[in-house]
Amino acid sequence: MKEPASVKDFSKHAGQPLAHIEPADQIPLPPPFDRIDEDPAIAPLTDEAREKYFVLDDTIAVNLPKPQNKEEEERLVQGFLSGLEKLFSKEDNWTFLQPLEMSMEHCAKCQTCSEACHIYEESGNNELYRPIYRSEILRRIYFKYIKKASPLVHGDIDLNWETVGRLIELSYRCNLCRRCAQTCPIGVDNALLSREIRKIASQEMGITVRELHKDGSVLQLEVGSSTGMTPMIVKDNIEFIDEDTAERTGIEIETPWDKQGADILLIHNAGEIMAWPENPGAFATIFEAAGLSWTMSSEALAYDGINYGVWYDDMQFARVAVRHAQAAKNLGVKKIVLGECGHAHKSLTVIADKVLTGDLNIPRESAMVTLRDIVRSGKIKFDKSRNDFPVTLHDPCNMVRLMGIVSPQREIMEAVVPKERFREMAPHGVENYCCGGGSGFAIMSGHNFADWRHHMTGRRKFRQILEAFAAEPMDIDHPKYVCAPCSNCKGQLRDIITYYDAWEKAGIYYGGLVELMVNAMVDTQPGFIDWEWH
Amino acid sequence: MTILTYMIAYCGIAIFLVAVLARFLTWSKMPMHLRWELYPVAHEGGGRAAYGGSYLENSEWWTRDREVSLIGEVKAMVPEIMFLVALKEHNRKLWTRSFPFHFGLYLVAACTILMIAAGILGALVPGVMAGVVGGIFSFLIPVTGYAGLVLGLIGAFGLIQRRRTKPLRDYTAPMDVVNLVFFVLVFGFALATALIVDRDFSIVSEFVANLVTFNVAALPVVGFGGSLPYISAILLAALVAYIPLTHMSHFVGKYFAYHAIRWADEPNLPGGKQEAVIHDLLNQPVSWSAPHIKGDGKKTWLDVATEDQSK
Repeated sequence: MKEPASVKDFSKHAGQPLAHIEPADQIPLPPPFDRIDEDPAIAPLTDEAREKYFVLDDTIAVNLPKPQNKEEEERLVQGFLSGLEKLFSKEDNWTFLQPLEMSMEHCAKCQTCSEACHIYEESGNNELYRPIYRSEILRRIYFKYIKKASPLVHGDIDLNWETVGRLIELSYRCNLCRRCAQTCPIGVDNALLSREIRKIASQEMGITVRELHKDGSVLQLEVGSSTGMTPMIVKDNIEFIDEDTAERTGIEIETPWDKQGADILLIHNAGEIMAWPENPGAFATIFEAAGLSWTMSSEALAYDGINYGVWYDDMQFARVAVRHAQAAKNLGVKKIVLGECGHAHKSLTVIADKVLTGDLNIPRESAMVTLRDIVRSGKIKFDKSRNDFPVTLHDPCNMVRLMGIVSPQREIMEAVVPKERFREMAPHGVENYCCGGGSGFAIMSGHNFADWRHHMTGRRKFRQILEAFAAEPMDIDHPKYVCAPCSNCKGQLRDIITYYDAWEKAGIYYGGLVELMVNAMVDTQPGFIDWEWH
Repeated sequence: MTILTYMIAYCGIAIFLVAVLARFLTWSKMPMHLRWELYPVAHEGGGRAAYGGSYLENSEWWTRDREVSLIGEVKAMVPEIMFLVALKEHNRKLWTRSFPFHFGLYLVAACTILMIAAGILGALVPGVMAGVVGGIFSFLIPVTGYAGLVLGLIGAFGLIQRRRTKPLRDYTAPMDVVNLVFFVLVFGFALATALIVDRDFSIVSEFVANLVTFNVAALPVVGFGGSLPYISAILLAALVAYIPLTHMSHFVGKYFAYHAIRWADEPNLPGGKQEAVIHDLLNQPVSWSAPHIKGDGKKTWLDVATEDQSK
């Protein structure tokens, strides 16, 4: 297809991709990444992948096999319609019925959302990635095939297996950051509709993204963590981290496990333990130095705060949230503190708020608040001059736009980073842009999805980082720190910095918030942040 | 024609009220949903609404009384309703068309309210409309009326033009355009009627006064254009009845979008009133068919959420 795909094209042109993005279609990045000839193109999909799976654009997220016969085609269409009907049931979808109805009924199609979407803008305004595009397809299917309304009122569309397959795939071209919803004059939420499409696929049709479901929430529920870590392994790993941290800081620490009646149950994203061990090490160092009564839990799931269900499936979400709360109840803690993980924050604090009742309704607090209180208490002395390098702060959407936790992390920054070294991104706070890894993308890398992600979803954040450091010499001799207090965001930042070789070319490094704190602690040996690219 | 016009006007108003009430009740009766708020939340207190902060920034927030500022809500809602500030900030091109359209509607509504007030006042205090009070009404009614109709027409034409061009064109259903054309027809006819036979809005004021006092008297207009006020009233009544039957009723939905979704940040505290509602919701049956759920219409949410999934 040469022309941009309009809504009318969605059920036509079977087998053809509806969008293709070349680097030349995109807005060039700021220096030193502004040369289009040095901007790698999205690696093409293999012929085998194109042959076997539904193809929507330049990549594949869902791996939905093409139907092989009429029966399979019909099953796909009927399964989708059955799920769509359940989406509007008070029993099956009480969880989101009102927001869903609101967004389905009242969109004025004014396109205000488009300019708020980093994916649409970074695609070079490709029609397929308009936030309203997939919502409009869903809306037309719903009104025509479920409500039997006239296409004159809500628009027309043909429903066939290609439409269903493409729409499910398209629901995984949105970071669910809800920046579009924030700008909607009426309050329509296209991100919610993306998630509802994912729910039809998962909850009714059993169609999921492997990294989120089989290797994600299912694995977490089966063995305790999506990393595959069992309770025994996680304890071993933390023991090693304690030793390593003690070596780096000069302060002996021992992470407490299963301490009955502790004030705090600290739940990390287990990805931190595997990929960024300095983060749980720094947490332990700070909590011990502040004299907090805290513990980690070796009960399955309680050492991994992730909850991928929040991106695609209400049932998986509820199952994981209940297990987190049960672990806290078993230990009799006063509160759960969530480590540096945005979606874990939102899942357990906000979304699970209407799921957990009775003795499972245990208070949840953001680590940003706990850490801010430690700073305020004065129990730990910080030397800002140890963080004498440019620092910018990434706002994880889940923590900021979707929870309103904005100022604690900035108060911590003020305490541990010299004022003249801190640069806010533009925009920041509740108007921030997603890192590009939101809604599970950070852990999705099948086929060439990672490539697509760097070009489309992560490019705006990378641009923001480059702009924040624009006044700095852009080379490795002048290291700069992107602070991202969220495990998924860090994963995305790691990937995009690697993709553009931005550490070698521009000295751009990344890490969490607690690492900056420990790096500035007067009582620790200097150099906790080692500036070694891992 | 006279009695028919009054009857249609009463019907139009009745349909409007019933349809708006029905929509309001429909939205109100929807089950409690999972929290899905979006910051900034306008009623957040402690100065946090200004930067989008929430009570979750407080230490041990569950032990504190929430600071809820109704003034904060009003400060956000009034400019949004009156001037469509979100659209102005994020979509200036459309705002230049949508704002006159909506503000025109508000002015026409204000004009109608003034005519209703004048009708009631005139009935309750005979003679009052002959004095200063009547003068004020006589000034304000045509000013708001003309301004509202003209702005509404400018806005409606602008919106039609915008809907006929990309990118809105691809997302516009035929009825979206028909709705706007209907506005143009009704407002255009009302404006023409005013200019031809009712320049000071006295005839339409008398019609409204008769409506509120249930006096189905003939209007003081004869000869050329004598039927124009009646036709205009019928068209306006049809429009009033039509609006809440379409998605133009987003003024109802928008209230819920903000108060029941975007700003719905009330926490479910242990032992609080929400727990019983949640308990009932979790005991509802599930029929989702995927293999990892196997909803059979008997298993409840609670059953599914607590099934043992370990290996």
